[in-house]
Amino acid sequence: MGKITLNQVRKSFGEVDVIPGIDLSVEDGEFVVFVGPSGCGKSTLLRLIAGLEDTSGGIISIDGMDATDLPPAKRRLAMVFQSYALYPHMSVRKNIAFPLKMAGMDPAEQEKRVSHAAKILNLGAYLDRRPGQLSGGQRQRVAIGRAIVREPAAFLFDEPLSNLDAALRVSMRQEISELHQTLKTTMIYVTHDQVEAMTMADKIVVLNAGRIEQVGSPMELYRSPANLFVAGFIGSPKMNLIDGAEADKHGATTIGIRPEHIDIGGDGPWEGVVGLSEHLGSDTFLKVNAGTLGTLTVRASGEVMMHHGDSIRMSPQPGKILRFGADGKAMA
Amino acid sequence: MATAHSRTAARLMLSPAVILLLLWMIVPLGMTLYFSFLRYNLLMPGMETFVGFENYYYFINQPAFWSALSNTLILVLGVLCITVVGGILLALLLDQPFWGQGIVRVLVIAPFFVMPTVSALVWKNMFMNPVNGIFAHIAKSLGLQPFDFLSHAPLASIILIVAWQWLPFATLILLTALQSLDREQQEAAEMDGAGWMQRFVYLTVPHLTRSITVVILIQTIFLLSVFAEILVTTNGGPGTASTNLTYLVYAQSLLNYDVGGGSAGGIIAVILANIVAIFLMRMIGKNLEA
Repeated sequence: MGKITLNQVRKSFGEVDVIPGIDLSVEDGEFVVFVGPSGCGKSTLLRLIAGLEDTSGGIISIDGMDATDLPPAKRRLAMVFQSYALYPHMSVRKNIAFPLKMAGMDPAEQEKRVSHAAKILNLGAYLDRRPGQLSGGQRQRVAIGRAIVREPAAFLFDEPLSNLDAALRVSMRQEISELHQTLKTTMIYVTHDQVEAMTMADKIVVLNAGRIEQVGSPMELYRSPANLFVAGFIGSPKMNLIDGAEADKHGATTIGIRPEHIDIGGDGPWEGVVGLSEHLGSDTFLKVNAGTLGTLTVRASGEVMMHHGDSIRMSPQPGKILRFGADGKAMA
Repeated sequence: MATAHSRTAARLMLSPAVILLLLWMIVPLGMTLYFSFLRYNLLMPGMETFVGFENYYYFINQPAFWSALSNTLILVLGVLCITVVGGILLALLLDQPFWGQGIVRVLVIAPFFVMPTVSALVWKNMFMNPVNGIFAHIAKSLGLQPFDFLSHAPLASIILIVAWQWLPFATLILLTALQSLDREQQEAAEMDGAGWMQRFVYLTVPHLTRSITVVILIQTIFLLSVFAEILVTTNGGPGTASTNLTYLVYAQSLLNYDVGGGSAGGIIAVILANIVAIFLMRMIGKNLEA
């Protein structure tokens, strides 16, 4: 079991309110991703849940029990750190067994659990090496192994992939997702990378300046962002946000349209000049200078060959325009 | 330094320093070795004769030798124990955030800057003196008999003085090592259920081994040749209770005017230092490998 509930959880460092008050519920077995720009308080929130920071107010409960004042070790949570935080002078085997040893578990049972974790994570061949002799991805797996053996109520990941190179990040992302399918344990994952959030999460929590902007499934957030911040943050390349006269036509302060929802060619209502075209093979991304509309990003298929200086006409797909009011909130 | 040419140039430019250092070491050693085989008494100048190993024979067979040898080792071991254990404790303390940290750290380092002679005299006259010393005052105010440290526990007193001087060095080295201890590792261990003591044993101590090794090796080199502290406090006495090998060599050459015997003692000290060095490297040298 691993149901975590936050009730008006606050954290301030001296005068600064890092987290002014958060209500959140993480269901058992869910993969929840906290995402937001750096400094938005997502790591602090994770550390509050882990018990590595004391709350300034509010209640954290795990499986219905108040855990606000429990020490980290008693919360039955396991954490994977950004720097992996492996113990450098211990072999991989001892690293993974460390939490079991601290719990005073019988050595035979320790060995059983370690070899089980090693099998899941493909670490069998490295058990007697030191962390210093492993590559980044292997270290990451050891850190996950150390978390698995405890059979925790929930896993906490603090930007675990940010020290890996791009290719490894993609494969580790899949491994962690598969691990979640296998273990079906609650996982809370912190990242600033919205691609990780979109691909892994059951539920994304978008944080900004210590507040929750929106909670929802990846596609919910993508299709109907609650406000301008979420609209701009989720999705790559970013949603086009247009204000001024064009927005007034739709009765909104700002309108948003995703790059893939703009068709080019024909006699569309918008016109502009291509500033930059990025040919990715499968897709072509065009940065179009569209006069009063500002610079628009348009996704076209890979066959479209446009170059700097070409002038084009564009039309937004009907029903795909999102409208935002003066307060930045989405309008129905 | 890839090409043969640049390597040659590098060797050429290094050579003056290397040659100077080699001479600096080899000339005194050679002369000591030479003197140790002569009958060389300062009271009978110009009558030096070759005597083979006689100087060594008499140096080793004098009653003071074995007690000097054991005193040397006890002194080294005693100071090492106090400074390493005390250094770890002090470093742990100084690593905590507290008000006035900077000033306190400077104060802790201060004893290392005091000359050995001066600090030994301060200890002798202001702390350990049975009439005027602070310890005597404290004892008297408690209604106890003042303890005459330097005559009743001379070696222990000298160990205390020398340890006081070297404690800052150990503290400094260990403190810098502590500061490089990874915060996230500590937190990970905390989440893994390790208490304060377990984190100390399983994380801090292994992290410190390399620095502890450095402290032990460097201190041993200097502690084998402690001299000034003994000269100004006990003069090696009472009897030979606080005579170490260095002091015995001094007594032999300059108090007994027997330069030949003193040189033999010097060579024995060199051999002892090498034995200790081999022993230490065997025991803890592997900690220095990355």
